Amino acid sequence: MEALLVSVTVFVLAVFVGFEIITKIPSTLHTPLMSGSNAISGITIVGALVAAGAGEGSVAKYLGFAAVVLATVNVVGGFLITNRMLAMFRRKK
Amino acid sequence: MGANLINTAYLLAAVLFILGLKGLTSPRTAVRGNFLGAMGMLLAAVATLADRQIVSYEAIALGIAIGAVIGLIWAVRVQMTAMPQLVAAFNGFGGGASALVAGAAVFMPGAISGVPEIQVHVSGVLSAFIGSATLSGSLIAWAKLQGVLRWQPRGLAMQAVISGSALAGIALGVCYVVDPTALWAFGGLCALAVVYGVLLTVSVGGADMPVIIALLNSCSGLAAAATGFVLGNNVLIISGSLVGASGFILTQIMCKAMNRSLWDVLRGDLGEAAAKGATTDVYTGRIKSTSPEEAALIFDTARIVTVVPGYGMAVAQAQHAVRDFANLVESRGGEVRYAIHPVAGRMPGHMNVLLAEADVPYDRLYDMDTINPLFAETDVAIVLGANDVVNPAARDEPGSPIYGMPILDVDKAQVVLMIKRSLSPGFAGIPNLLFTRDNTLMMFADAKKAMQDLSREIRDL
Repeated sequence: MEALLVSVTVFVLAVFVGFEIITKIPSTLHTPLMSGSNAISGITIVGALVAAGAGEGSVAKYLGFAAVVLATVNVVGGFLITNRMLAMFRRKK
Repeated sequence: MGANLINTAYLLAAVLFILGLKGLTSPRTAVRGNFLGAMGMLLAAVATLADRQIVSYEAIALGIAIGAVIGLIWAVRVQMTAMPQLVAAFNGFGGGASALVAGAAVFMPGAISGVPEIQVHVSGVLSAFIGSATLSGSLIAWAKLQGVLRWQPRGLAMQAVISGSALAGIALGVCYVVDPTALWAFGGLCALAVVYGVLLTVSVGGADMPVIIALLNSCSGLAAAATGFVLGNNVLIISGSLVGASGFILTQIMCKAMNRSLWDVLRGDLGEAAAKGATTDVYTGRIKSTSPEEAALIFDTARIVTVVPGYGMAVAQAQHAVRDFANLVESRGGEVRYAIHPVAGRMPGHMNVLLAEADVPYDRLYDMDTINPLFAETDVAIVLGANDVVNPAARDEPGSPIYGMPILDVDKAQVVLMIKRSLSPGFAGIPNLLFTRDNTLMMFADAKKAMQDLSREIRDL
């Protein structure tokens, strides 16, 4: 129960941090914001790696493997495409 | 590596994500911000690989290799005009991955140390539902934006099925939490969530896409946060809630820019008047059309020109032609501005990305609140493939179905040049009163060809 409360605290505080930062992002960067934040949501790869690397339970391992593939597409593709877009915004003077 | 060291690495990664998002508050620092985010991800992944629970690396290596190749090729080869589809698809992958991790955790609850079983099951259900619905919903959104899916059912029966699938999903979720050995309930829950995601997005219309993409973006984050609760992992909770907040804010901005509630958008509901269909009688005898030769003469004396791009510019891929036209006007001493409505195009910031691709400096792009007072000093406003967002009825006619929606006040410009292929109504299905204004000239043409012809005629002046 104590651990859950700590997690909920972290969750609530992170939501506030998110609101504070995101409201300051100009509308011109809203597409890169979506693709960039989407890449960050690929953090679920952390859980995917543990599941795919676990020795026990073949079902968990297969699910973990599929999760690693999807999360990696998300992370690699997401950060790359965001970089491509942002480079276009930057090259102007 | 000890658990403390891994958790410290996770904390560092979370800080890097926050700094990365902070970098996006200005185009000058944005590239570095994105890089910081990527470094945070690398750090978190490497730290995880040192986890004692991981005993074999074959599946991991293969999974990363496959995912990296797909992500790399996709991100490098995709055209900027296909960006809405790509963002939609990636949202889905994030949500799907989170749901899969929740599923894996359900099959090995003992492996997660320090998290009470009930927390694993409850947040596992949440993650599986949100993640599965995000995956299927995003794939439908991708298919619609890609143009491979045109089916758009509506109506009460559809509403009943959507609500039914959600309720049945919740019921199965409760079943599973009460009796965690009932894996069938967990599987059924995922299947219903997939159906729910499909039905919810399939009824959303084209111009409402910015809302649904922002919403799916938010959900991909929430799914990750829920998975964080499953694993008792703070870096997932932090990152997931950052993304959830980000998508939620964008969803709100989009809804506000259309003066519609999220609920109306999800129902594909435009109000009764719109459903009756458009009549074009209001246009009879009140439309003035023009040709590129004629229109070029206006630009001979025009000093301030404002371009109002819409989805039509994206479809015609006219952004480079617009840029050439702007260069020409500027070389003749004029000034070109761009007025961007928040919901122009198919996703938040769609027009900005296309214009950036065509090398338009971002400081020439004005948002709605900044540009509206400036239309009075504008000599010519060129409306390029936008429609409902410039309809004065939204401002002046309380009876109109779109009344109250914030619009760009292009009708306040000296001359409005409306470039459009025909008089067909926009997404809202209602006549656009702007077409009938005395200061409006219609040029019936494809956006790209119209801009190229216009540039040629101006050069020949």
